[in-house]
Amino acid sequence: MTANVIGRPLPRVDGRAKVTGTARYAADFNQKDQVYGVIISATVGLGRVTGIESEQVESMPGVVVVITHRSAPRLPYGPHKSYIDPAIGERLHMLQDDRVRFYGQPVAVVVADTLDRAERAAAALRATYAADRPVVDPSDPKAQAIVPEAAGSEADKRRGDADGALASAPVKVDATYDMARENHNPMEPHATVAAWNGDRLTLWSKSQYVVNEQAEIAAIFGIPAENVQVICPFIGGAFGTSLRTWPHVTLAAIAARQVDRPVKLVLTRKQMFFTTGHRPRTVQRVALGATPNGKLTSLIHEGTGETSRYEQYVEALTSNSGFMYSCPNVRSRYRLTPLDAGTPTYMRAPGEASGVFALESAVDELSYALGIDPIDLRRRNEPEIDEGESKPFSSRSLMKCYDLGAERFGWSRRNHAPGSMRDGRLLIGWGMAASTYPVFYLPASARVRILPSGDVEVEAAASDMGPGTYTSMTQVAADVLGVPMSQIRFDLGRSDFPSTPPHGGSMTMASVGSTIRAACIAVQVEAAKRAVADQRSQVFGAALDGVEWNEAACAAAATPRQAKPTATLWRAPASPSRPAPPRSAILRLPAAIRCTPLARSLLKSLPIPMSARSGCGAPSALMASVASSIHALP
Amino acid sequence: MLPFALEKAHSAEEAIAAAAAGGRYIAGGTTLIDLMREEVEHPERLIDINALPLGGVRVEGGGDLVIGALARMAEVAADPDVLRVQPLIAESLIEGASPQLRNMASIGGNLLQRVRCPYFRMLDAACNKRTPGSGCAAIDGLNAGHAILGTSDHCVATHPSDLAVALVALDATMRVRGPQGERSFPVEELYRLPSDMPHLEHTLLPGELIVEVRVPGGAHSRGARYLKLRDRASYEFALVSAASRWMSGTARSGWRGSPLEAWARGPGACAHARQLWSVESRSGGLSKRPLN
Repeated sequence: MTANVIGRPLPRVDGRAKVTGTARYAADFNQKDQVYGVIISATVGLGRVTGIESEQVESMPGVVVVITHRSAPRLPYGPHKSYIDPAIGERLHMLQDDRVRFYGQPVAVVVADTLDRAERAAAALRATYAADRPVVDPSDPKAQAIVPEAAGSEADKRRGDADGALASAPVKVDATYDMARENHNPMEPHATVAAWNGDRLTLWSKSQYVVNEQAEIAAIFGIPAENVQVICPFIGGAFGTSLRTWPHVTLAAIAARQVDRPVKLVLTRKQMFFTTGHRPRTVQRVALGATPNGKLTSLIHEGTGETSRYEQYVEALTSNSGFMYSCPNVRSRYRLTPLDAGTPTYMRAPGEASGVFALESAVDELSYALGIDPIDLRRRNEPEIDEGESKPFSSRSLMKCYDLGAERFGWSRRNHAPGSMRDGRLLIGWGMAASTYPVFYLPASARVRILPSGDVEVEAAASDMGPGTYTSMTQVAADVLGVPMSQIRFDLGRSDFPSTPPHGGSMTMASVGSTIRAACIAVQVEAAKRAVADQRSQVFGAALDGVEWNEAACAAAATPRQAKPTATLWRAPASPSRPAPPRSAILRLPAAIRCTPLARSLLKSLPIPMSARSGCGAPSALMASVASSIHALP
Repeated sequence: MLPFALEKAHSAEEAIAAAAAGGRYIAGGTTLIDLMREEVEHPERLIDINALPLGGVRVEGGGDLVIGALARMAEVAADPDVLRVQPLIAESLIEGASPQLRNMASIGGNLLQRVRCPYFRMLDAACNKRTPGSGCAAIDGLNAGHAILGTSDHCVATHPSDLAVALVALDATMRVRGPQGERSFPVEELYRLPSDMPHLEHTLLPGELIVEVRVPGGAHSRGARYLKLRDRASYEFALVSAASRWMSGTARSGWRGSPLEAWARGPGACAHARQLWSVESRSGGLSKRPLN
């Protein structure tokens, strides 16, 4: 295996399509005879819709229909929960009753023959409400925190006696951190084009998880999943907001069925603040106790996040505090405050980002209380194992990160006293923080096809919201098969492609990448089997482990572009000691790649071992197993 | 956005006649288009005045700096004459908006821009400026960037123009042309206090078009400075702004007058935007009204 494309800064394979405008996003899939849907969002924060003057608006030019809770079909809303849906609670049902649960909740959808006319009709539509006073702030006296059943044992964790140790600690800090809600607001707004063909529904829809959108919408409408096709080849940024399937998708499908024409529905920028999730507001308390020479004796991390009244959204707010530092007395507590708001959702390191901010801020404060350099303080509290779980870390390079980061930043030149460093009139501050994010991977599947021309097709129902899935998966295939990137075509974003986990949690490379690698290896094996059985082949009759992959022939087969038998892809080995393609393998990419820019050079110097189980073309899930260590391939 | 007709004027007379018939002027459009998208403004007829010969910057013999109404913010901020004779103006312009906006926005439009209060821009919030008599959601709402001087029980919005503060500090005048002819007056007199009619913001008569701004020259100009305090370093409106002759700019437009000058001379006056006072009138004393 040569090619050596891993770790190299290659141009994006979809770059040209993106800059020339030929990459198609959800709202670009305009359909013949399509009409336009515009959502009416509630303008009260809680209450009921008492009237909607649809008749008047329905007679405006170009308006096809106004759909409200009075006219919408009763939908089955069959049960559906995937990894990314809250485990406790029931999703919002669209137009099935007159309740307004939060400001901005959809209360109607207007459909017209042009977007302008639909917007004008939406602006003209008068709705009346019986309004109650919503509770939207966790500090509201009416807001009540609950123990999040959905968080399980993460809600309360302890070791030792953190409160006692804090009380008697010689040096301590105790602070509250209030982080406002954040909305994702990627450049591309949520958009869905919905088209029915009998009882089959096609959705061109912005989704980081097309197979789930397929299943979710099928459950809502009570139709078989195979009747629903979701297509999303490109996403203009998401940050987690397109993991779940939000109400506007259902509304587009309702409208399309009602008017019996394709309906295009794109959220306005304002509507991106209402029904598509957000990082929840959190209020946290972190208290740290330490000895005068900086050894932690107590760590308390309490946090409360907002959620809706109808679902428990939980995230890993306090989860990192059990293992970031060595400390015998640790207590963490996680609570939720249900509010009259939409359900929050994952946003860029959901939970960890907020929790680590609070923890690291407190550690910084402690470094000042102690008069110890912040990096030094962290070194003094580096744990040998995960003291929360009493397990060794599978990998932990934080000390090395401190070393390299400090060296490259020139940290030794830092003066610890606040306000002590200047650059002309500017006061200069230098700070640092540690961070961590868990490594996730889930079962995935992929299909690899070698064409007679030597070109390769790879397919998976994955997603690319911008990090470069198209390019990275092409790199993986190129690396295994040893063919030029230009000879490989990787396709994603269709629900009828082999199923993959959500494009979130930084798990795409570990899950889908590993799978594609395995599938490429499997296709090589398949090709080998045919080669040794083909009389025309050089390796006819050879033992399967006695042949080696002929990268040169693979490349050569592509030019000139004529069919060559797959037999030529395998040849007798030049040197008998060259091993067969590896079977058992170990992969642990994400932590290294994501954490530091070192990753690229790491990847170049340590050939990445890989796992192999057959999954080529199979609808069943493939698990790329991750074992405990990385070792070099011969 | 509601439908509208757009026509291009080729002379000031043509523009003024169209405005007298109900049209609204549009130059850079950097305020108006936003507000039309929100349907806060819904003119039926727009008169594009960009072709009128109202641009340019010049220094006249007596030392007066004259800035055409259609000169763009970026152009004026970089003009060598401006930098030489009235650097305060350049400072006030460069602190405003963003590079893209400054390339498009005209000086006349800058003076007439509308308030940034979020409730003014939300059709479902109470706003006396937008809908007289409907109330003011900002008084008990989110108002960290709102006015503490010159407000009333009807409106606490602040005027966002940095340039206006500088021009008032420099005793600038402006010339306008309308159906009744031309007139000149101090820039300060362009603005009305909200009082009980916050929907009336300025003193232009229907159809009047700003032609130019005139800044008298003088020794004071070269030492004048503009200060804008805000959470972010750019692309944000002021919490507090001031031109260096202690024209406090947290109010509706630049403020001047002896009770305020005394107050504003205090070292803490401009530094604490959350100090909670409101002034009933220019001639009256100080009265307290706490904002959040």
